[in-house]
Amino acid sequence: MQRQADALRRLGLFLARRLVQSIFVLFGLSILIFTIARVLPGDPARTALGARAPQETVDRLREEMHLNDTLPVQYTYWLGDALRGDFGMSLVTRRSVTTDIAEFLPASLELVIFAGVLTLVGGIALGTLSARYKDSWVDNLIRILSYAGVVTPAFIFAIIFLLVFGLALDWLPSIGRLSEGVPKPPLVTGLITVDALLAGQLATFWDALQHLIMPGVALALGSMAQEARITRATMADNLNKDYIAAERALGIPERVVMGRFLLKPSLIPTISIFALDFAANLANAFLVELIFNWPGISRYGVNAMLRKDLNAITAVILILGVVFILMNIVVDLVVGALDPRIRLRAARSD
Amino acid sequence: MAETPLLEVKNLSVSFRVYGGMLRVLDGVNLTVHAGEKVGLVGETGCGKTTTMKTILRVVPQPPAVINSGEIRFKGREVLKMRQRELTDMRGQGISMIFQDPTAALNPVFTVGQQLEAAIRYASAESRRMPRQEVRRRAVRALSEVALADPERLLDSYPAQLSGGMRQRVCIGMALSTEPELLIADEPGTALDVTIQDQVLRLLHRLVEEKHTSVILITHTLGIVRQITDRVYVMYAGSVVEVAPTRRLFAQPSHPYTQGLMAAVPRLSGGGISDGIPGRIPDYMNPPTGCRFHPRCPHAMPVCKRQKPALLAIEDAEHQAACFLYDAPERVRAYQQEGGLT
Repeated sequence: MQRQADALRRLGLFLARRLVQSIFVLFGLSILIFTIARVLPGDPARTALGARAPQETVDRLREEMHLNDTLPVQYTYWLGDALRGDFGMSLVTRRSVTTDIAEFLPASLELVIFAGVLTLVGGIALGTLSARYKDSWVDNLIRILSYAGVVTPAFIFAIIFLLVFGLALDWLPSIGRLSEGVPKPPLVTGLITVDALLAGQLATFWDALQHLIMPGVALALGSMAQEARITRATMADNLNKDYIAAERALGIPERVVMGRFLLKPSLIPTISIFALDFAANLANAFLVELIFNWPGISRYGVNAMLRKDLNAITAVILILGVVFILMNIVVDLVVGALDPRIRLRAARSD
Repeated sequence: MAETPLLEVKNLSVSFRVYGGMLRVLDGVNLTVHAGEKVGLVGETGCGKTTTMKTILRVVPQPPAVINSGEIRFKGREVLKMRQRELTDMRGQGISMIFQDPTAALNPVFTVGQQLEAAIRYASAESRRMPRQEVRRRAVRALSEVALADPERLLDSYPAQLSGGMRQRVCIGMALSTEPELLIADEPGTALDVTIQDQVLRLLHRLVEEKHTSVILITHTLGIVRQITDRVYVMYAGSVVEVAPTRRLFAQPSHPYTQGLMAAVPRLSGGGISDGIPGRIPDYMNPPTGCRFHPRCPHAMPVCKRQKPALLAIEDAEHQAACFLYDAPERVRAYQQEGGLT
């Protein structure tokens, strides 16, 4: 009991410390993005209003956006608003950036989480299989395929899927998150599949899931291949360890040795890379989102950059920063949960 | 001897595939253990003792290891032909093993209890159906048997939280928790200091006596062999070079390698540290032809380079040595007349 309480207390301390650190990181990040977004060439007000807008209108907008003030002054205006959850207006969609993000972020999260589940399950399964049958044809096949998976960009898969399964075979819907005429589930999480399940709308869930498959798999294949390679390497290494021989020698069945005693010590590199891939996918899903007309944050962010939509750029990058920071905390927690030596060391250094 | 031996290894050859070739590590190992017997296995580091044992349990990693030929029979059943299921059945309850380095032999990310309980749980069909508390109770008992205090707390500890001596005891407790018929103990306590090593060995000896477990004890320490074992096998470079009842081996070491090994034991009274056997264990990529010991042997004859000697009876079949010196007298004379080895 005492031990568990201690462990919980340490966990709480760890989280508190990391969250405080994160605030500083985000603060630094916000200054950086804010500056970079504003020193980019071109006049955001002019871009927003178009080439034919009269100069007075443009000047008025510049005044409204505080673009005539010095950067530090602009930043304090922005920070004050941002702390209240107001990231300003998007110059492109003419809506509040916060509203835009609330709409686009869940779409991307749904895609990236779906791809993440595929990555983790597929990558670990293939890696385990490869390590178990090391140097056999199974292993060689998986290794060749995973090389191919690592070097092929996601948009190539996306285009191939779209052409084959979307257009030629017409097995899967190729555009958007839901088919026309399918009722949207009541908004809870913003993830249509989850919301549909919560509302008990099985038909909607099924339709949304079908829409997820092609972009999700296209996005997942690269990181899945990467995970398979990493899992194989760590497992093949650990497979020759004495503790595996010892556990086998005790008569513990092969599936328990592989699935439990070998898997756990082999997962740390896999999980670390996975978390970074997950966060990176959120940012890198742009082409996949574009190809499948997926209304996600990545597409929104790239459009904002092309149109010099200052407020949107800053907000999107900040959100991505938050996701990266969160994923790093998650990695530390998972790695600590997997390896007691890391926990013990952390406990000693407290 | 009509009864089937508990374990019979015949002519076992194992190689390791490495970058640039094959290491021919085991070169025809022969070994028999009868029920209730305590057998010693001695030889220099790297002579293939551990590989032989890991092959018997089929836990030697394949690849890189390749089993070229030979037979391993446990209670009359061919181990090399066993399927996964039969292997799992044999391991644990049939044969279990204490590994050389207790730190490497314990999984670092599982608690002692998780590992020990798995060993107990999967020992037999009945134990698989045992309630959790019963498994836990047996785990506690297994740790108390190896004289570990506060077993409840130990079960919840990770290997990194234990001392070397405790880890060694945990490993012994684990190997005995499945109540094996044959226990392979690979240099137990070598990783520990001498006092702890002595305690651990005494404990091990007492436990196997109590449970009537058959034992293969691998060790470098001839004193331990003398105290504990009934029979001794001497291995050199992947083959058994001599086998004899313990007392006879110490009274009359016959193979030149065994003689060298005995002479190499440092003595406190007189003599001091001896020179040992000149030379080193051979390179397994290109091992010497014939008898692998001939480059280091003071009695080497031309035939030793040509031909690998079989195990020959010294006086009777109980004491055998793989050396041409123990061939029929007229043949030995013929070998010697060929002249020296240059």
